[in-house]
Amino acid sequence: VCTSRFWFNYRHVANTLSVYRSVKRLGIPDSHIVLMLADDMACNPRNPKPATVFSHKNMELNVYGDDVEVDYRSYEVTVENFLRVLTGRIPPSTPRSKRLLSDDRSNILIYMTGHGGNGFLKFQDSEEITNVELADAFEQMWQKRRYNELLFIIDTCQGASMYERFYSPNIMALASSQVGEDSLSHQPDLGIGVHLMDRYTFYVLEFLEEIHPASQTNMNDLFQVCPKSLCVSTPGHRTDLFQRDPQNVLITDFFGSVRKVEITTETISLNRDLAGFESK
Amino acid sequence: TAPVQVQLVVPVAVVFSPGSVPGDLPRPLPFRDVQEMEISVNLRTSVTSRYEMVFRGTTAQEEAALAAATAREADAALHLLQDSSMGSLTMYVVPDTSFLLPQGISVYVGKHRSALVRAGGSLAALHARLQQVTQAMSFTATSIAAALSDRVPNGHLSPDARRNLKSSLGYEITFSLLNPDPKSHAVDWDIEDAVNRYVKPVVDKLSLVANFSVDSQILYYAVLGVTPRYDKESSSFLLSAHSLPHVINPVEARLGSSAASLYPVLNFLLYVPERSHSPLYIQDKDGAPVSTNAFHSPRWGGIMVYNVEAPASPQASLPLHVDVDMARVMGVFLAQLRLLFGLSREELPPEFLLESPGNEGLADWELDHLLWAHTVENIATVSTTLTSLAQLLDKIGNIVIKDDVASEVYRAVASVQSAVAKLAVGHLHSAFQASKEAVTSSERAFFDPSLLHLLYFPDDQKFAIYIPLFLPMAVPILLSLAKIVRETRQRKKEPTKMD
Repeated sequence: VCTSRFWFNYRHVANTLSVYRSVKRLGIPDSHIVLMLADDMACNPRNPKPATVFSHKNMELNVYGDDVEVDYRSYEVTVENFLRVLTGRIPPSTPRSKRLLSDDRSNILIYMTGHGGNGFLKFQDSEEITNVELADAFEQMWQKRRYNELLFIIDTCQGASMYERFYSPNIMALASSQVGEDSLSHQPDLGIGVHLMDRYTFYVLEFLEEIHPASQTNMNDLFQVCPKSLCVSTPGHRTDLFQRDPQNVLITDFFGSVRKVEITTETISLNRDLAGFESK
Repeated sequence: TAPVQVQLVVPVAVVFSPGSVPGDLPRPLPFRDVQEMEISVNLRTSVTSRYEMVFRGTTAQEEAALAAATAREADAALHLLQDSSMGSLTMYVVPDTSFLLPQGISVYVGKHRSALVRAGGSLAALHARLQQVTQAMSFTATSIAAALSDRVPNGHLSPDARRNLKSSLGYEITFSLLNPDPKSHAVDWDIEDAVNRYVKPVVDKLSLVANFSVDSQILYYAVLGVTPRYDKESSSFLLSAHSLPHVINPVEARLGSSAASLYPVLNFLLYVPERSHSPLYIQDKDGAPVSTNAFHSPRWGGIMVYNVEAPASPQASLPLHVDVDMARVMGVFLAQLRLLFGLSREELPPEFLLESPGNEGLADWELDHLLWAHTVENIATVSTTLTSLAQLLDKIGNIVIKDDVASEVYRAVASVQSAVAKLAVGHLHSAFQASKEAVTSSERAFFDPSLLHLLYFPDDQKFAIYIPLFLPMAVPILLSLAKIVRETRQRKKEPTKMD
């Protein structure tokens, strides 16, 4: 979810699209991704390179190709819609692609970026979601068993305040900075004229580039990403609500999708000629 | 979690054919007996099973039916004489010397709701055998625990237990033909005929459980995400068991699903390998090729690899015309469908002989098996949903419940009470219908869009908004009111003074 509007918040859209790309590369199909972008950077009139969103300096990587499926765009990204997606209290006319159709065996990854403060995250420069509301939404999800395990990553200023209030089981949270600290952006690009990415997400993505669908890297490695020397802020994480040991949780449990399969050993022998069946 | 206490009653008739009555019967026939067992899932959830057994002798007509040559004929004849309402079972005990059951087989399970059981000497042995059969044909502790899997404390459940499809009001079945090499193979599958001939009978039988919609598609140039290994010994290509999980995701992106329906989708894919990768076999964990050449993923669907024989001469013109043998393919897909629903025949002991259900896909007792599990699951789901809705209302005191939400809640409560009552009497069919209605109503109430707590403001927010607005306005108003009051009091005093 990218919650910021306006051209100078280009980096938030680039953050979100880069995470989206990595997650698709590791195997999660679009039907299982809900992508919310609060503003359109690629076709923004101030974009000197239209139809592109770059995440690296010198315009190395365009994360906005032609297979990006944005589910909630522009003014549809509101706190209300976000909570409706999470809790499932969605008007019946909403199409399948805009819904979170998860069940008790789904592992959910939620990535949010934008401007935040102590206990809130700003949406669209006009409203906020508080950590209490987010915690309540997760509890509603847990009550209806809409997730098996949930990984919450937030890249905003004072991000750690957003996961302070969680109280539902099986949630693991990562944030780019502690309460009282600001998350900083990574690198400006003089050609485009804005900062392209945030530091925390940049290093998380470098980490994810080395992960492939069969990789066995676990969560403890993700916690080490972006130490204070590189990130300037102190990333934090919270695992007390999570039942498994983070050591045993694979990155691909959330970022990729590895299904359980079974060999089919039974068959039914069907009677080809069915007396009494009329073929037309 | 919300407390759930359900009693499942199974009416069972045990019919002794002449010569099969064990010597140590406690009472003369006919008599009744009840066997109760508690399946406790967690502290607040318990399911009691109650087998109400009637022991009696055969009637003359039943004796005539049992005189048939094979077990199958006997079963067919007996079916006409039974009162086989859903959820009930009839066990016919035949003497040890009977020829109906082949050597080494002690139980024959028919495709309706009855079984033929060998007497087996003592009463105790017979009781044990009867218990095994009745449980297999209705529900076991494992199947109930699997239905209530979200209540079982973590760690107590085996990791495979949460793999059956969750009870839903409908399912969408999609058959897809994947042809990655249309230049070499022109694949023709008569899917419409196959669906009408093979799939429709199964889906019709399952229509009691849920609504099914079936569609099909053909995808060209869709490749598997994994490159198969070439094996020189068998001169074929092999897909090892541990690479199978990575096959599904790249394909899923292209599968698509109906935008309008919210039902879970079951995908069945038929993959015809490229000429350059033929023949392609799937290996199981021990490295042996799988006879069905298919694998499935719980709650998703199944994939089958269909190998095309190499052309007789290397100069044969491409593309080769391929006519898919739909009976073989559907045999595998429908078996996978059964497995996805949790109907496996492999768990029963080897001395049980099971009658094949033929084109119907599943026996009546397997349908009952599904209904028991789904009814219990539905009741537990409704209980959790309504309890958590009540908790939400407690938390946000000023939430507004619309009339239609309220009526859905009342309907859900009434339906679930009716379902529990019917289960306690042994009416499986009506209990299942009631539980389905309860789930529909409770989901509609819980997921009503108006219940978003964002729309209701806590009291301190109301103060925070209105006080800065009204306080500055209120100050001069209050002061002038005070002034008016003071003046009227003075005026009242004045006349008395002037007196």
